[in-house]
Amino acid sequence: MNKKSIYTLLLIPVWFLIYFYLESMTNWLIYDAIGLTEGKHLSKSIWFFAFEVPKVLLLLVLIIFIVGIIRSYFSAEKTKKYLEGKSLLRGNIMAALLGVVTPFCSCSAIPLFLGFVEAGIPIGVTFSFLIAAPMVNEVAIFFLLEDKNFGWEIALIYLTSGLTIATISGYIIEKLQLQKYVADWVYKVKSSHEETEDETIKSFDERIEYAIDQVKEIVQKIWLYIVIGVGIGAGAHGFIPQDALAPFLGKDSWYGVPLAILAGVPMYSNAAAVVEIIKPLIAKGVSIGTALAFMMSVIGLSLPEAIILKKVLKWQLIAVFIGVVATGIIIVGYILNLII
Amino acid sequence: MEIKVLGSGCAKCNKLTEATKAAVEKAGVDATITKVEDMLKIMELGVMTTPALVIDGKVVSKGKLLSVDEIVELLQK
Repeated sequence: MNKKSIYTLLLIPVWFLIYFYLESMTNWLIYDAIGLTEGKHLSKSIWFFAFEVPKVLLLLVLIIFIVGIIRSYFSAEKTKKYLEGKSLLRGNIMAALLGVVTPFCSCSAIPLFLGFVEAGIPIGVTFSFLIAAPMVNEVAIFFLLEDKNFGWEIALIYLTSGLTIATISGYIIEKLQLQKYVADWVYKVKSSHEETEDETIKSFDERIEYAIDQVKEIVQKIWLYIVIGVGIGAGAHGFIPQDALAPFLGKDSWYGVPLAILAGVPMYSNAAAVVEIIKPLIAKGVSIGTALAFMMSVIGLSLPEAIILKKVLKWQLIAVFIGVVATGIIIVGYILNLII
Repeated sequence: MEIKVLGSGCAKCNKLTEATKAAVEKAGVDATITKVEDMLKIMELGVMTTPALVIDGKVVSKGKLLSVDEIVELLQK
């Protein structure tokens, strides 16, 4: 192991130390050092903000790091090879599962799509991958697990419903025989199958390096959203009455789920940031089903991604893709509102 | 030396082009840098994750925004 890896691993105990003393440190800072009076609305809000922002950022760093190490064992190439020649339904399930762990950025959606199609992977299986990749986000799973308002049940529901939507949507897209709505030039693509070297073997140092890069990249991209999300939560803390949103977005509101999905489409954000935004919403009476529908819509159904896909798909197929996925999210949202 | 940066105009691809230019200067090698945005050509090289870097016809990195020093190292190989 090189020095960088050793230092990185040594930071992990430091991380736990800070994390477990964070509450006492925040108490000291807010009530002793700054001297705010305990128990007031405003002090509570400030305390919440001062505690929650570093807490979430700490969690984020650790989780992305762990996920980065896991992801370094996967690659788009390996996934492609694995999916080649798989039968339809089985292929859809595998594609959805691999979509969760394969490193993927929506800016690579096109070359990945082309690579899959060129390898003879059915369109429907490719779609299962493309739907699951953004929608089922492992960082979001950890965030749901960690938060006491959600817990493992919700994390599990999120994971299974996301996988189910991805699997079934892909299956339907294949069954609808929509191949003709893929841009014609896509089928002319020829790709070299030469393996580039050092792709398969990765040293542990390289995995750590990769994980560190992931941490930097994602934290840079979303820290501001988290600060804003927590800020909204802190501002709402004690000021907006509990259940204020329940009549509109609670479980008994029939239009809550579709409204949440519509609101989510134009937004495009990272799943971890969305979790921070829906937390205060749930505290104010938005039901879990509606909140998860919103989250899946933000990360799974995005206008920018649809625009990217326009290069390889005709609009009919994009419409079907959005329609099928939106229907899936609506169903999941209503079911959750019924049972929780 | 012939260097190609593959990518269809995403932010990371532009950054990789900049880093490559800086690396060529730093390493003091004689190289031409071209940007490849044509998907068909990118696919011909078997690349599924952009940005990717090709040196003398060989894919040396993909799906990663390399730092200037990392590219210098690759150039000197």
